[in-house]
Formats: sequence, C-alpha cells, structure tokens
Amino acid sequence: MSPFSGLTLGIVVTYLSLIVALPLAALVWQSTKSGDTGFWQSLTSPEAVAALKLTLLASLAVALVNAIAGTVIAWVLIRDEFPGKGVVNALIDLPFALPTIVAGLTMLALYGPRSPVGIDVAYTRTAIVLALLFVTLPFVVRTVQPVLQELDRELEEAAESLGASDWQTFSRVVFPNLLPGILSGVALAFAKAVGEFGSVVIITGNIPFKTEVSSVYIFGQIQSGNTSGAAAASVVLLAISFGVLLLIGAFRRWATRHHA
Amino acid sequence: MGIRVEGVTKRFGSFTALNDVSLDVQQGSLTALLGPSGSGKSTLLRVIAGLERPDAGRVTISGEDATSVAPRKRGVGFVFQHYAAFKHMTVRGNIAFGLKIRKRPRAEVRARVDELLALVQLQPFADRYPSQLSGGQRQRMALARALAVEPKVLLLDEPFGALDTRVRGELREWLHRLHDEVRVTTVFVTHDQEEAMALADQIAVLHDGRIEQVGSPRDLYDQPQTPFVMSFVGAAAQLGERWVRQHDLDLKLEPTAGALEARVERIARLGFEARVELQLAGSGTIWAQMTCAELNRLELERGATVWVMADRARVFAESS
Amino acid sequence: MRRLTLRTVALGYLALILLGPLSVVFWRAFEKGFGPAWNAVTTPEALHAFQLTLVIAAIAVPANTIFGVLCALLIVRHPFPGKGLLNALVDLPLALSPVVVGFALFLLYGRTGWFGSWLSGHGIQVLFALPSMILATAFVSIPFVVREVVPVLREIGTDQEQAAETLGASQWQTFRRVTFPAIRWAVAYGVVLTTARSLGEYGAVSVVSGRLAGQTETATLYVSDRYENFDIVGAYAASVVLALMAIVVLLTMNLLRPKEGVH
Repeated sequence: MSPFSGLTLGIVVTYLSLIVALPLAALVWQSTKSGDTGFWQSLTSPEAVAALKLTLLASLAVALVNAIAGTVIAWVLIRDEFPGKGVVNALIDLPFALPTIVAGLTMLALYGPRSPVGIDVAYTRTAIVLALLFVTLPFVVRTVQPVLQELDRELEEAAESLGASDWQTFSRVVFPNLLPGILSGVALAFAKAVGEFGSVVIITGNIPFKTEVSSVYIFGQIQSGNTSGAAAASVVLLAISFGVLLLIGAFRRWATRHHA
Repeated sequence: MGIRVEGVTKRFGSFTALNDVSLDVQQGSLTALLGPSGSGKSTLLRVIAGLERPDAGRVTISGEDATSVAPRKRGVGFVFQHYAAFKHMTVRGNIAFGLKIRKRPRAEVRARVDELLALVQLQPFADRYPSQLSGGQRQRMALARALAVEPKVLLLDEPFGALDTRVRGELREWLHRLHDEVRVTTVFVTHDQEEAMALADQIAVLHDGRIEQVGSPRDLYDQPQTPFVMSFVGAAAQLGERWVRQHDLDLKLEPTAGALEARVERIARLGFEARVELQLAGSGTIWAQMTCAELNRLELERGATVWVMADRARVFAESS
Repeated sequence: MRRLTLRTVALGYLALILLGPLSVVFWRAFEKGFGPAWNAVTTPEALHAFQLTLVIAAIAVPANTIFGVLCALLIVRHPFPGKGLLNALVDLPLALSPVVVGFALFLLYGRTGWFGSWLSGHGIQVLFALPSMILATAFVSIPFVVREVVPVLREIGTDQEQAAETLGASQWQTFRRVTFPAIRWAVAYGVVLTTARSLGEYGAVSVVSGRLAGQTETATLYVSDRYENFDIVGAYAASVVLALMAIVVLLTMNLLRPKEGVH
C-alpha cells in the first residue's frame, strides 16, 4: 500500500470510528451493563413490546404499499409522456428534502382537526401509516427507475414477436428484471419507516400501547432517565437496521448473478 | 405468397428512413437487405416485423395484409443483433417461451424444445443461463427461440454483427444449412456484402431509404444498375464518366489506342493477389488488381510507365 | 387506455400523499396574513435557530464530503481487510433511527460515558451544546457522498489514472487533474443530498441538544418548540422557510441527478 493510501485509510478509519463506530459501541456496551436479566426485562416490558409490534406492522404495511405504488409511479415516469412530467419527477424527492418535523406538521394540518379535506385521523394508527407513506415515497421509485431505464427494449420486442401479450411480457420478462430493484427499495423503505421519528411524533399523539412507535418510546425513556430501557429498545432497532442492510446486499448480489 | 412490401414510407421526425420502398420476397427464399448504416435496411426489417408502423404503404405476409397487425399476431420470428436473451431464464426457458405463452401442453413443449436444441446443437447447454454462453451460442439460442413457434417468416437483424470473424463465418455456414433444412422464408439485414453474396438467393441493396437494385448476387455484381451498387457490391473505381472494376483493368507495357498513361507508384503482394497503385498521367490515382502470376509476367517495378485499358468499364445513365 | 389508467392512479396517489401536505404548510403559515408570519420567523430565537442550522451544516457537510471522497477512493481502488465492515458502517445511517443515533452519542459523551467524563473534567461541553449537534448531523448524513462517488469511480476504471502516471504525474496531480474531474458531478450530487439531510435533521439533534431555546435549537427544533407552545403561526412560518429550502434542494438535485450525459 502506498503511503498515500495508508494515510487515506488512517483518516477514513479515524473519522468513521469517531462519528459512527464509537457511539454505536457505547450503545451496545450500555445494553450489556444492566446484565442479561436487566436487558431482557427492559426488552420485554409491555410498553416496549407494544411499540415494537406497532412499528413493525406499520412499516411492513407501508413497505408493501410502496412496492406497488412505487413501481407504478416509476413506470409512469419512465415510460409515459405528459406535460409537467419533469415537475412530478422532481417532486418525488420532496419527502427526502423536507425535514421530517415539517412533514409531521403538514400531516397534522391536512389530516387532523381543522382538516381542509374533512379527514381527521390525528391520534390514530392511520396517521402513522399516512406519515410513513409520505417519508418512504422516494425509495422504491428511485431504485426502480434506473433499472427500468436500463432495461433493453429489445427484450420486450422479442417477447412481443414471440406472441406475448402486454401483461405476459410484463410478468414474464420485465418484472423478473425489476424485482431486485423493487426489493432493495422496499428494504430501504422498511428501514426508514421503522426508525422514523419526526413525522410521527406530532400527529400520532404518542399514546402508549396505541399510537406509540419504537423511536418515540426510546425518546420517552431517555427523557425519563431510563437508560437501560432506551438501550434495550435501541439495540433492537440497531439489529433490524443491520439486518436490512445485509438483505439489501443480498438482493444486489442476486440481481447480478445472471449478468454476463 | 412470401412477403410483399408496397410503397412503404417511414419517417422519424424530419428524417426519412424509408422512401416509397417496394419489395417482393419469394416464399421459402433467403433474402438479404444490404446497405450502409442509415440506409434504412433495419427499419424495413422492423416494418415487416411490425415493430415499426409505416407512414404509408402496405405489407403483405403469406397473402394476408399485415400492415396494421401487431407483431405478436404476424407470425414472424425475429432475431436481434445483440440476441435479446432473457437473462433470467435458462436456454431451455428461452426457447420454450413462445410455446408457453401459447399455453401448449408441457409434454409438447418439452419435445419441441429438445428438437430445437438438437437442431441448433445446444443440447449440453440446455439448463445453462445465457450469461454462461458464448456470443455464437447465444445467437443460436435466439434462432431456436424464434423458430420454436413455427413462424411464417424469419427476420434477422445483423445477426452476426456482434460476433468475431471466425465465429461469424461458422454461423453463416450454419444458417445456410439450417435454411436448406427448414425452408422458412428468411430475410436478413447486413452491411457486409460478402455475407450477403455468400448466403442470399436474392439481395436488395438499400441506399438513403430507397432500394437501388434487387437481384441475385451474380446479377448485382455483373450487371450493377447504379454506381452505388457497383461500388458497394464488390469494388469499383471511377474514370471520368466511366466506372470499372479494379480487376477489369488491363495494364499494357506499350502505348495502346484508347489506353490511359500511368506511372506505377506502389506494388503490394497480398498472397494470391496483387495490388498495383497507379498515378494517372492526367491526374488522379487508381489501383489495379491482378494475380501475382500476372504481375510477374508484366515484370513491373516502381516508377515504370504503363498504359491502362478499361474495356469493360460501364457508363450509368443519370438516375432519378 | 391502460396507459391512462396507470397514469391516473400514479398521479392520484402522488397528489394525495405529496401535494396536499405541501400546500397546507403555506396555507396555514399565511392564514393570518403575511405580517404575523414574517414576525414569527424574525424573532431572535428564530433567527438564531436558522443561523445554528446553517453553521452545523457548514461544518458537517464539508467534513463528510472530504471523508466521502477519500472513503470512496479507498473502497474502490485499495481493497483491504475489513472492507465489508467499513461498507456496513458507512451505509448504516441510512437505515438507522435518528433517535438511536442521538442516544448513542448521548451515551458516549454523557457524564458517565467513555469520553464524557474526560471531557467534562477538562471543561469541554459536548452534549447539550454545538459539538454534539454537529456530530449527530454528521453521523446521519455520512453515506451520501460515498454512495454517489463509488459507482462512478468503479465505472471509469483505472486506465486514465494509469496513463497519467506513465506521463509522470504524482498521485496528487493525478487526483486533481484526472480523477476529480471525472467524479465532480457525483460529488456535487452527493453534497446536495448531504446538505438536505443536514438541514432537515430532527430526531438525533432532539436527543443531544437539550433544546435550550435561543441556544441549542436548530430550525427544525424551533418548529417543534413553537408548536408545543401553541404558536401555530410561528411553527408553520418556520416550516415555510424550511420548505422553501427543501424546494431549492429539490431543484438542485434534479438538475444534478446523474443521467446519461451529465458526466
């Protein structure tokens, strides 16, 4: 290794350790401090379990909706032409660019009391789903778009010339090629939803056992000084995040397995 | 029967790819669409396949008007230059695709696929994926896939363009034998005149969106009707108003009536043949082609003066 | 026909999920007129909050950019043992809850934390002060430059760099004249993403900042502070400013987005 790359390695590792690795190590360390039983107790407290269940269910539901909606939107943006398409395409990134707390506030304004469209779902689980749908919108769309763009039109022409109908061409030729992209996007959306805080903390009212998600539960535990409770739940979320990353890596390898 | 194209015009924006093109392809024949890039040959093939809709004109396949019929209903088999292989399916899966689409019984599909695997000699690769095959093997798979549904017409778009020279030659031979066996009306697109001459019963030469000439390889070579055809199918040189093939130039050592004076600039011996580059006395250069035996007989050297006879030159009338 | 249905479904869904919320922010902010809204965002606390947000971004973004380029170079050009772990750590902030991030920092720099005790002994305050907020923001926005640059670096390959070397260029010269020009649009796009994430960060800074009004409140924290104090106009007015910033980011993103021909 040249001295330059040795130096680079040093800088990179130091920075990454300082910013990411050490804080996470401190977290894992903290969760072991209360011992096995203490950790387990915090982990299985009824409130924590309820929050986790709600979080996972809502995130899964949102991931599935995005799988379909995101693919349809990506399809329309790549294959269709209509005036204003460029604007619509740009707007897809809005949930990423907009601070989550602002998103939460607007959700409240739109779907809460004094709603201009008459929908009041504040302090309900529906609100969670709506907020999560907003913040996870870009993920599947943006992972599917490049795959669709790259897809060789000749494959579809070949299928057509062999007698396939539009649906058969989509389901047998196009979709199998899109699947890894869809799944990567779904995994990212799921991870984002599981960890989401800013957009749900206002509109849901954070009612324990009803509308409290894990991230809010953890925040509450920190504020009341219950460090072991917060640590246990945090480690769970950390494990889920790692798991999702591994899954995405697997999808990526799966996607390239048949490439020449 | 066969294919009939009448008065087809196709535009892409302000670019006219095909301009009032008409062509008859005989049932069971092997026809080449030959021309340089941009001549419209691929567009014509795609119009026949239904992958492009013409702005004017008619396409008739096996006696039925196919002009507004979708590709999937035309009964055409299409082979792409870059194979368009379904990467996520095995070779077997690719070949079976058309049959599975038509919901044929599993046993029938399997039998037909086995038959085709034998025909294209890909049996050992049946359960491999396209990414594990060479270019030539992928193209054979693509052919088998197209033939599986017994098309009325087989269309190939520069099928050997992406392959290296040796493989190209092998596949050419192989396509010829296949056509003899299967006897389906076949049209293929190429920019390689040697390939067209070697394979086709009939060649249509395209240039700037029009058909310049249609005929057998021999007709096109011996009786070209335009300068373009003469210089594209074989090689030709222009002497004033006349066009002559380099191997039709006679070099004389003595001044001769009707011959042009020239000086030998360079001699290249290319195995069996030789090229003699000449500087014409008036102006301009030309090269003559002859066998090395003839060259030896003339005992030419650089700087020597010769007289060039172009008896077999031809003149072309102004074409529209 | 099917195309129209698909288009209607897609656009309908987008209108429901996206446009509604956006237009409502503007409506609620200016409900009582432009004056009150303007006043709300020009209070000392508000101005301090926006200033703080920008200061944090001004530090976190360049740091992450330099790190991002170096890290990408390392990953693509100089494989080393443990690269997988490095990759995982770099990508983790994308998948991790911001509250967990804040909490981890809280543990590290708290009074009983590994660094906390040493630092407070030397009078350096990290938690409930600017440094922890910068660290939190840097954590959550770390992946973007790396992820944008890595595929581009991979794609351009080493040929050009090797050519430069044979022509006598030093490593730095090669980087400056050959490598960097090739990746600059990817870097730019990554910077925009990093900035967006930094400006919008809420969960992690919420935990580490202590939310002291006028001192350790970023713009996003200010918004929620106003809301909790029933200052609706104030909350939405500040949100409008953030939304406008987001729209600028959006436009920049779409201008720079890697397409065929951008680089």
